Amino acid sequence: MAHEISSEAAGAQVYGEQLAGIDQAIRKTTYWVALLGMAILFVVGVAAGIHAKSIGSLHAFNATREVPWGILISTYVYLVVVADGVCLVSSIGHVFGRKDFVPLASRSVFLAVATLLGGFFVIFFDIENPFRMAIYNVISPNLTSAIWWMGTLYGALMFFMGVEFVFLLKGKHKLATAAGFLGVIAGVAALSNLGAVFGSLDGRDFWYGPFMPIFFIASAMMSGAAAIIFFTLLAYKLSNRKMEPAMKRALEVTAKVGILLIVTTLFFTLWKLIIGLTGGEAKTLALRSLLSGHYAVNFWILEITVGMVIPLVLLVLSKGRSLWLMAVAATLMMFGIFFMRYDMVIVGQTVPVQFQLGVSEYAGLISYAPSTHEILISLGGIGLAGLIFLAGEKIFKGHKSETH
Amino acid sequence: MTDSKKIPEEPRQDEQQSGIDTGPGQSPKAGTRKSGPGETGGVTEMERRQFLKIGLAITGVFAGGTLLSAASVIDNVFASEDDYAEKYPYRPHYSMLIRQSNCIDCERCLEACKRTNHVPEYGYRTQILKKDYPESSGRTVEFIPVLCNQCNNPPCVRACPTRATYKDETNGIIRMDNSKCIGCKTCMSACPYNARYFNEETMAVDKCNFCYDTRLSRGEALTACAEACPAGARIFGDLSDPGSEVYRQVHDIEKAVWVLRPETGAKPNVFYTKG
Repeated sequence: MAHEISSEAAGAQVYGEQLAGIDQAIRKTTYWVALLGMAILFVVGVAAGIHAKSIGSLHAFNATREVPWGILISTYVYLVVVADGVCLVSSIGHVFGRKDFVPLASRSVFLAVATLLGGFFVIFFDIENPFRMAIYNVISPNLTSAIWWMGTLYGALMFFMGVEFVFLLKGKHKLATAAGFLGVIAGVAALSNLGAVFGSLDGRDFWYGPFMPIFFIASAMMSGAAAIIFFTLLAYKLSNRKMEPAMKRALEVTAKVGILLIVTTLFFTLWKLIIGLTGGEAKTLALRSLLSGHYAVNFWILEITVGMVIPLVLLVLSKGRSLWLMAVAATLMMFGIFFMRYDMVIVGQTVPVQFQLGVSEYAGLISYAPSTHEILISLGGIGLAGLIFLAGEKIFKGHKSETH
Repeated sequence: MTDSKKIPEEPRQDEQQSGIDTGPGQSPKAGTRKSGPGETGGVTEMERRQFLKIGLAITGVFAGGTLLSAASVIDNVFASEDDYAEKYPYRPHYSMLIRQSNCIDCERCLEACKRTNHVPEYGYRTQILKKDYPESSGRTVEFIPVLCNQCNNPPCVRACPTRATYKDETNGIIRMDNSKCIGCKTCMSACPYNARYFNEETMAVDKCNFCYDTRLSRGEALTACAEACPAGARIFGDLSDPGSEVYRQVHDIEKAVWVLRPETGAKPNVFYTKG
């Protein structure tokens, strides 16, 4: 009898081990498939970018004289703002000493570097002469140019994040904190300045004013919280690691930050609309295309509902503990916020600058839809960010150092 | 352009409110008759100018640009009247006056510009816009030539990260140093006049430079477009020279002169008038 029971137990154990083995194999396969997918996106993006350069942007891109900034700029903004937001949200722990957030540090810093590189990849192909940029940004700087500051500050952010990551790896926490602090300064400066790239263009009513820099800080931290939740859960899912209580707690507080910043961003968006609609015809034209015109689906469905409202409800319901709900919320946010950036960049250029002249050439809104090249390069940037992140999980063994 | 139907075609509301007849050859009659010394009746020139400015401020926006007296043109172009009173910032101060009602849309200016400045097929440095007045009792269409406004406070120069575009310190022309242009297109986004495009041949943003390299620096007095215009719609000259026609017309107190998009504070050097 006893013999029978033990053999049954042994059988169950073997069966269980087999199942676990299969599960592990599936996860491993999923990891490699994900890595391969990202690599393919990246390689196709590189090919599209090189081809675009060879035939010229006039033929490859749908950005025009009137809409010079297309999806490449909005994707760049999306990626570097995610990076910046990840840096700022995670800094609550590794720079400002809130212990709950500390387990996020290593992965977040690495994620920030990965998404920054993805953004740089996209803008490399958007800029017509990137090599001239490398030279003349240094020897012929224009300090009144927000774009000059953008390159410089995001370069600085990249540098400090890279340095911080190395210090974290080596366990030199004081130095890491110092680099992280400099990173936060560069990050806040870079983000608000990125807002100013748009906000300082006084010929463009939809952007002009001090709103953009402030809005960028809030919405960036929102996207940063989403990215931290999304990528942390993804990493654990793919590696089949049991989540440590400290990491669970870290995600719980990140979800709370996410809730706060979604509400803040919704609040800013609401007031942008209410105040914006009090302006004259040319000033409200862009807003009305968002609210009820060509971009209404993007705005109401993708940006507001998918990007903010549903995730807000899910995050509240999750209480920061239901990882499944948080995963869905973060995924929706990563998707919806992409369109938030797209709308911000494109809609700002749809009103012709000469609209108020009342001439027939500029009587209506200017349309833009991305070209295949532009879409592939944008996906290439996202692919590169994903590829670096996934490779980092393998190379740095799931960024375990911080969770011990 | 799917949304274009939503834009009402009738004249802008602010124009209707201003109550000004925007037909060709009309100037506002806000007491602007030049009077001899004997007729001023103790009203000093300064008071008269002030009165004029108030009157024109009330009339407000005119044909898409702010209506300006000679005195308020100065406000819009220079930092202050004192600056103006002392001297023009540039010598020569290249400037253009568009006599909008003279333009017949023959496009000889556009052709001359393309030929002179090697402007590719897909681009343009200057354009002629068309404005319809379906309810006008006279002409029902008006042509408005536009080009780079060579602003005194240029948003493009402020935005360029590498100083590839700059304001020539001598003559005020906004010029390009093509070798420094990184092609970020921020200047194109920043320009309130849609005056810039990316030139694939030079791999740099291209724009009107009043034919500086192709004509002015070679001793020509006029831009290609001004020379080609058979209708005298483009008056080009030196705003710092009281003998030049552009100076005389812009400073003629009887003339309604305006600039495009003055609200941006770019302080353009291309002026508009009718007649």
